Amino acid sequence: MTTRIGVVTFPGSLDDRDAQRAVRLAGGEAVPLWHRDTNLHQVDAVILPGGFSYGDYLRCGAIARFSPVMETVIEQAKAGMPVLGICNGFQVLCESHLLPGALTRNDHLHFICRDQKLRVENAATAWTSDYAGGQEITVPLKNGEGGYVADERTLDELEAEGRVVFRYLDVNPNGSRRDIAGVTNAAGNVVGLMPHPEHAVEPLTGPTTDGLGFFTSVLKKLVTA
Amino acid sequence: MARVVVDVMLKPEILDPQGQAVQRALPRLGYQGISDVRQGKRFELEVEGPVDEAVLARVREMAETFLANTVIENFTVRVEDAAEAASEPKAEGVAP
Repeated sequence: MTTRIGVVTFPGSLDDRDAQRAVRLAGGEAVPLWHRDTNLHQVDAVILPGGFSYGDYLRCGAIARFSPVMETVIEQAKAGMPVLGICNGFQVLCESHLLPGALTRNDHLHFICRDQKLRVENAATAWTSDYAGGQEITVPLKNGEGGYVADERTLDELEAEGRVVFRYLDVNPNGSRRDIAGVTNAAGNVVGLMPHPEHAVEPLTGPTTDGLGFFTSVLKKLVTA
Repeated sequence: MARVVVDVMLKPEILDPQGQAVQRALPRLGYQGISDVRQGKRFELEVEGPVDEAVLARVREMAETFLANTVIENFTVRVEDAAEAASEPKAEGVAP
């Protein structure tokens, strides 16, 4: 039986198709989920894709966080189901308080779109086990509100517990505190990051295929679980 | 109908690049002496019926869970009195 990975489409999601494609390329079955679904259709993991859910009104991710599908996703994430939030998905996870901190306007106010080098700081999460700790990867980054902020105590806690999963290398593109590009929850099943691994899974369309590891990691984890 | 106003501001320790951009533009436009600008959001809620403590408690709950992200923002809730509301149109659009 193939492993089923749900990809949520909110009104305004952009990268849901690419996320589904990345799941298929990694060998999983991609299951489209709609923001109004409260039933997750027996998926084993969920991806919240990039985009501008609900037009990014109020705050990025603030309205998506209260959508019917998120009620079930939050419940299942707390029970241990792997959840990955990419870009807008990361913002939704922070707004849901599944991950600490928040994403704010880039310090230079410009929307950025570039290939970004990252270091994998934690290769023990559900979504990063196919990487080596300290491995450097390059994937696209594109956002206007990607500055990761949290209070000093939370940042210290994240560092001490190894919950900073990715850090920006060479350049901090958006003013994120301590160059943080992605974090995980205490259990390691929920991961959020601003860069886009789903755009780096094929040589034809991506700068690298460095992003594929996210999807193969979770498939392996679910098969051995 | 009563109006309840919720003001949401970034916490002082959170960088406000939009406010900074506004502040930097001011001298260029001939406005001197403004050392800092912070930009926030204002929500005007038209409440059906009287605004009592129970209504205000609900609005605070709404602000806490939805209108503001208390990880990065503070909020205040106040009832706008009738006199203030009435004087508002006059204040708006008055040329210097």
